[in-house]
Amino acid sequence: MPTFLREVHMKRHNLLDILFRNVTRLSAFAVLMLLVAIIVSLIIGSLPSIKTFGFRFLTSAEWNPVTDEFGALVPIVGTLVTSAIALLIAIPVSFGIALFLTELSPRWLRRPLGIAIELLAGIPSIIYGMWGLFVFAPLFADYVQPWLIEKLGPLPIFGPLFQGIPMGIGVLTAGIILAIMVIPFIASVMRDVFEVVPTLLKESAYGLGATTWEVMWHVVLPYTKIGVAGGIMLGLGRALGETMAVTFVIGNAHKLSASLLMPGNSISSALANEFNEAVGELYTSALVELGLILFLITFIVLSLARYMLYMLTKREGSTT
Amino acid sequence: MTKLNRFFYIFGLAASLSLAVNASAVNLTGAGATFPYPIYAKWADTYKTQTGISLNYQSIGSGGGIKQIIARTVDFGASDMPLKPEELEKNGLMQFPAVMGGVVPVINVAGVAAGQLKLDGKVLADIFLGKITKWNDPALMALNVGTKLPNETITVVHRSDGSGTTFIFTNYLSKVSPEWKSAVGEGTAVSWKAGTGGKGNEGVASYVQRIKNSIGYVEYAYALQNKMTYAQLKNHDGQFVKPDDTSFKAAAANADWEKAPGFYELLTNEPGKESWPITGATFILMHKTQDKPETAKEVLKFFDWAYSNGGKMAEALDYVPMPEKVQQLVRAAWKAQIKDNKGKAFWK
Repeated sequence: MPTFLREVHMKRHNLLDILFRNVTRLSAFAVLMLLVAIIVSLIIGSLPSIKTFGFRFLTSAEWNPVTDEFGALVPIVGTLVTSAIALLIAIPVSFGIALFLTELSPRWLRRPLGIAIELLAGIPSIIYGMWGLFVFAPLFADYVQPWLIEKLGPLPIFGPLFQGIPMGIGVLTAGIILAIMVIPFIASVMRDVFEVVPTLLKESAYGLGATTWEVMWHVVLPYTKIGVAGGIMLGLGRALGETMAVTFVIGNAHKLSASLLMPGNSISSALANEFNEAVGELYTSALVELGLILFLITFIVLSLARYMLYMLTKREGSTT
Repeated sequence: MTKLNRFFYIFGLAASLSLAVNASAVNLTGAGATFPYPIYAKWADTYKTQTGISLNYQSIGSGGGIKQIIARTVDFGASDMPLKPEELEKNGLMQFPAVMGGVVPVINVAGVAAGQLKLDGKVLADIFLGKITKWNDPALMALNVGTKLPNETITVVHRSDGSGTTFIFTNYLSKVSPEWKSAVGEGTAVSWKAGTGGKGNEGVASYVQRIKNSIGYVEYAYALQNKMTYAQLKNHDGQFVKPDDTSFKAAAANADWEKAPGFYELLTNEPGKESWPITGATFILMHKTQDKPETAKEVLKFFDWAYSNGGKMAEALDYVPMPEKVQQLVRAAWKAQIKDNKGKAFWK
């Protein structure tokens, strides 16, 4: 090929390359712009509420549309508590599922089980909500809650968490439904990362006489901890923002109560319930500020998780 | 002409034709309350087959309906909560009632049948205030001599979303209980003192059906369709009444619409032996000065037609049509209040 032709060829390639680079850059920046635009519009929307209530908005449990007196404490607590319950249940169960699927399950069972879990992740959240309200809540009220109230209610420290009347709906029910919803996410990520652990590592550990549990705990988990934490974060993200399923079962009461069996509210659920019919500037603005708070909570939680991972990897560097 | 060219040619022709058709047909738009959506949709559907004029109603909620009509993005707005005369004045709006419904207390108490439990306004307010907490409270026992009420805790169920139903219900409680008025007040959403919230009429209905010893309030249609255990209420005249078409109509007939400026009339706690105390109308909002009088006239024609011909359809869907007397008042208001931008009335 003559030199000048090659140069033309190169130029064309160069041009494509530049074009490609710019298109990808544009996409990346578009996401960033969108994020900034959302934050800015949330802040503008919540200005009237921020001006009126100031810091009190975060600490007040009062939510009174009639007198235009709003505080976000109940939804904030509800969001955090339901998500915490969800993770408390979902993490060990997901770990068990992933462990079984990668290490213990017979080969023929792996695929169907894996597919079943992925299917669970694909069910729309409103189905979980309806199932929670129509199937789970009545059974929970008839068989589980009376037992909790009777056996755990009188206990000294944890007791107040389990007092009240067996309604079936409430903060605990919402947490359990959320757990069921996030298990497929966490479990499938855990399974994927467990599968990439080199067989050589595991076989070596087994060869040294380690039990399955020891291999999981001392070899697989340390090797995959970043992926596992990522999966948990994914689940937590979903739990914090989940709307429809929670609305169905949390009870939607703007009331702070010590008991997990009593109704509460979450941020996204309050938004879904009240935005449509919110009249007046302050009411709408208070709801927008709730959205802003959810945004901040998610941001803080994700940053904390990143920081924890960073510290973990750093400490590892110093010990080895 | 190639095949492809011909295709585009025909396609273009068809597109321009359909545009032309769209431009000539009148298309009415409205938005607002969810409670009357089924009947507006039914009316619109029948009206279209009879006149060819289509009406597009979006049930986005009363708050949204009010915002949209003020912004003039729709031809009419709809709200379950009437606007106060001064609010109408401020935004240059007029309102009229379209159709009525009733709100019914529903309960789930083992051994108590539909219509068996008797309540009065004060006791109902005290239950929703969380002051009466047991079904065998002396106040309840006194109203229900002969009915066996259990020694169980009452679970209160209310709406979690803002709603015209809640407005009618809390308006009634504010009228009959001074304590309710000062502690809670009235509104589409209020600060509830007790209980748990369900989303929508269906949410409250399913909570009450599922939670033992509960009490809630729903639109009459929901109570009927779900075969729920409703309670009797003591009305303004001291009579115990059951919720049905007769008692809703009685409340509407006894309301003094003529003296209500801007049709700001809430049918709660109306006098009359047969009146159901928690009755309410749902309202249509329109601008008093119309830039497009032709479209506005079509909207009025639609509601005129609905008043004259839509009563049976409303009853079939468990709504209550407006009494003849009120219809005449509304038509007179159209004539007196809605003008084109030259200040001329166009409804005759």
